[in-house]
Amino acid sequence: MKDELQQQLIKDLLIESFEGLDTFDREMLALEKGAGNAETINNVFRIIHTLKGSSGCIGLNKIESVAHVGESLLSLLRDGKLTFSPAMISALLEYSDALKEMLRCLEQTGQQGAVDYTVLLQKLQALQAGGAETQKPEAAAFGLFEEGPESPPVPQPSPVAMTEPAPAIAPPTVPSGAPEKAAVEKEAAARPTTSVSDTAIRVDVGQLDKLMNLVGELVLARNQIVQFTAESQEATLLNAAQRINTITTELQESVMKTRMQPIGNVWAKFPRIVHDMAQDLGKQVQLVMEGKETDLDRTIIEAIKDPLTHLVRNAIDHGIETPEVRRVAGKQEQGTLTLRAFHEGGQVNIEILDNGQGINVAKVKEKAVQRSLVTPDQAARMTDRESFNLIFLPGFSTADKITNVSGRGVGMDVVKTNIEKIGGSVDVLSEAGQGTTLKIKIPLTLAIIPALIVSSGSERFAIPQVSLLELVRMEAEQARKGIEMLYGAPIYRLRGQLLPLAYLNREFKLEAPSSNSANVRSGDSVVNIVVLQADGRQFGLIVDEINDTEEIVVKPLGKQLKGITCFAGATIMGDGKVALILDVMGLAQHSNVIAEVHDRSLAGKTKAAERVDERQTLLLFTAGQNARMAIPLSMVARLEEFPRAQVERSGNQEVVQYRGQILPLIQIANHLPSAGAAPTQSDPMQVVVYSEAGRSVGLVVGKINDIVHEAITVQRKSGRDGILGSVVVQDKVTDLIDVISIIHAADPTFYGEANNLTKANS
Amino acid sequence: MTSTKQFCTFFVNGLFFGVEVLKVQEVIRYQEMTRVPLAPAMIEGLINLRGQIVTAIDLRRRLELTLREPGQLPMNVVVRSDDGAVSLLVDEIGDVVEIQDDIYERPPETLKGVARELVQGVYKLKERLLLILDTEKTVNLTGAGNRAQENGQ
Repeated sequence: MKDELQQQLIKDLLIESFEGLDTFDREMLALEKGAGNAETINNVFRIIHTLKGSSGCIGLNKIESVAHVGESLLSLLRDGKLTFSPAMISALLEYSDALKEMLRCLEQTGQQGAVDYTVLLQKLQALQAGGAETQKPEAAAFGLFEEGPESPPVPQPSPVAMTEPAPAIAPPTVPSGAPEKAAVEKEAAARPTTSVSDTAIRVDVGQLDKLMNLVGELVLARNQIVQFTAESQEATLLNAAQRINTITTELQESVMKTRMQPIGNVWAKFPRIVHDMAQDLGKQVQLVMEGKETDLDRTIIEAIKDPLTHLVRNAIDHGIETPEVRRVAGKQEQGTLTLRAFHEGGQVNIEILDNGQGINVAKVKEKAVQRSLVTPDQAARMTDRESFNLIFLPGFSTADKITNVSGRGVGMDVVKTNIEKIGGSVDVLSEAGQGTTLKIKIPLTLAIIPALIVSSGSERFAIPQVSLLELVRMEAEQARKGIEMLYGAPIYRLRGQLLPLAYLNREFKLEAPSSNSANVRSGDSVVNIVVLQADGRQFGLIVDEINDTEEIVVKPLGKQLKGITCFAGATIMGDGKVALILDVMGLAQHSNVIAEVHDRSLAGKTKAAERVDERQTLLLFTAGQNARMAIPLSMVARLEEFPRAQVERSGNQEVVQYRGQILPLIQIANHLPSAGAAPTQSDPMQVVVYSEAGRSVGLVVGKINDIVHEAITVQRKSGRDGILGSVVVQDKVTDLIDVISIIHAADPTFYGEANNLTKANS
Repeated sequence: MTSTKQFCTFFVNGLFFGVEVLKVQEVIRYQEMTRVPLAPAMIEGLINLRGQIVTAIDLRRRLELTLREPGQLPMNVVVRSDDGAVSLLVDEIGDVVEIQDDIYERPPETLKGVARELVQGVYKLKERLLLILDTEKTVNLTGAGNRAQENGQ
């Protein structure tokens, strides 16, 4: 691991230094001709300074010490304490050759070489000293040349004809090292390897972006040609089109590749972070990295750098235990942190696995309750998986004290937002005592994105697939009844959740295709709802037509249109026409479907703070004669309607077939003494599906009324079976149903296989 | 001799305008456009110029002149601006003319409104006046009036 990192660092140093030294030589020659200025001197000083610094950092002491001597001389020159002389320039060129030689040796053998540069260094030091004492560096330099005990006679460099010979005269001045050097050179000549700087070039990122744009355009042109020639009968034309097709695809992939960087580039700094943290925390951690070569677009590399670092730190801080704890737990003292990256389904998967203590569900819940992120009730009912996701809530932290490593309660939510911002997702899995796995999925690139094409008012729009949740299509009767108005705001019930709606036609003031479809109530046309997500909230967008999904090339809009937040850009469709790309967030704000919800939840929060209770989402319904009942929405898997005819019997249990399973039905009214014994007779039956550990049960209720999101306080604890207590919801007293005890009463075996957590709470 | 300049000329609502030839990328016939909802009315739409998406500004609206008859298709004068290419929609294209500097004059003080802002100067040709447009100012819509249609709730 460490070696690989070192290799990478050396490679970077080599590329950088060879380039730098070439510049150094050029600048030196310019200085000699008198063409240089203060900037030139600064430049050469910087090159040497960087080289010295970088080589020192990765433990190349010899290169560092040689570089140091020249640096001192250059710093005097830079500060004007010395002036350049031809001798000084040739000595510096010789010095540059020496550095190059060491680097070349490093590149080929991995060693810095055994060549002794004492003479050269003495010469440089003498030049420096001579300059500092007297202003006759030339004399000092020449004196040294002649005095040099082993130094062969050096032809006096003539200032005019010096451009080329400088490197040529350098070798003889390194006499003591000459034999070894020759050997090294011979060895080098024997090897067919090419230098790093010969096989890699630096390219301006802007250039790559431009290339990418051009390829995007080519792709569009190709699409048109392919579309057009598909109708043609001419074989040669078809052939040519086919070839253009394949070449373009290949070109697109290659160009994409040039913008790709292996994820190893981001990981490169992790061994150090892991090492330092482990030391600080007194832990032993082994870092394993798999799939370092997995490529990602450079824009994405940038975006995931910080989130990944945070996750790695978290894993060491919270995940892996101290050696003592591990020993007691019967694990190896050394913990393992694995970073894994791979491509799957057009996405990049990154996993961060540790074999530490896992997420302590109880502790997570406790902290979440402490910080009023959830109510004790909610916490008690959460599945493990739901509880893991609590760590992504803003303000969450399990650390008991704030360290410089973590525990400030900012972090995981930022990680999640950052990853979601680039269209990715993050998921956490954990097993107590076994470890934690964080799974991140991110798209390959942002320049070409999959999008859903919709039409409204005869215009086409592209909706990035990232924000798309699902499509709902309603016809005739359904279309008329499905959309309800709430103080003029259209609402659709999506599986019991109220979904605020926006009409794209109205938002954009487009002409409706037919006269009455703008008014859904009167028309019998089809209604298409595109369910979108922005900022963690959902809303529905009603469009005239849903066309297709397509890969689109994102292009920016001119500055004249930058002010319109509803658009993220534009793209060119297969037929050559321009289509706008919707900015889902901006559109939601424009149509007020999100801002409103925000305000509401904000108000809920303030209230919650006052009452030291948290807002909850409750499903309101009726059962029997009891007017209002509620259960937390978090306990509801789905809301379903079943016609009475579908109900079958298994023993004395009512059941329905549901998604290939048998769903037992429980009449809530039967289990509530106060509700009156009359079970609901409505047809179809309204059923609340509750799932636990892969098993489901249907609770038959009278009528689903509403879903509310508010701060509630249990006013009166109830002694009655099946009822947790009474709460005030929307200014009315509502019974809060104890779902678990009702299910338990109806089917004592239901929780038999469910996990311990639920049992403990039931 | 006085120096000369070349201008690409066009007509908008009977007025004779010119833009320095070096600022003009190309002149193309009417292109099908994609409307941009919520945009200022003077933005007629977006055109696909060989894969480049170009905003088209209706000069009649920009200059606050009477609107084009329906069915009268405008031409695109694509000009280079700091922010990439922008198309100016004009009624009709004129010639590229070479004019001597000595018949140039600053716009008269009596020129009012938006024209005062956008017209750089006037060349007094024999038969008519040639108004020179400042393209940078023309394509910069910030603060431009006539924002009908914008952000109605």
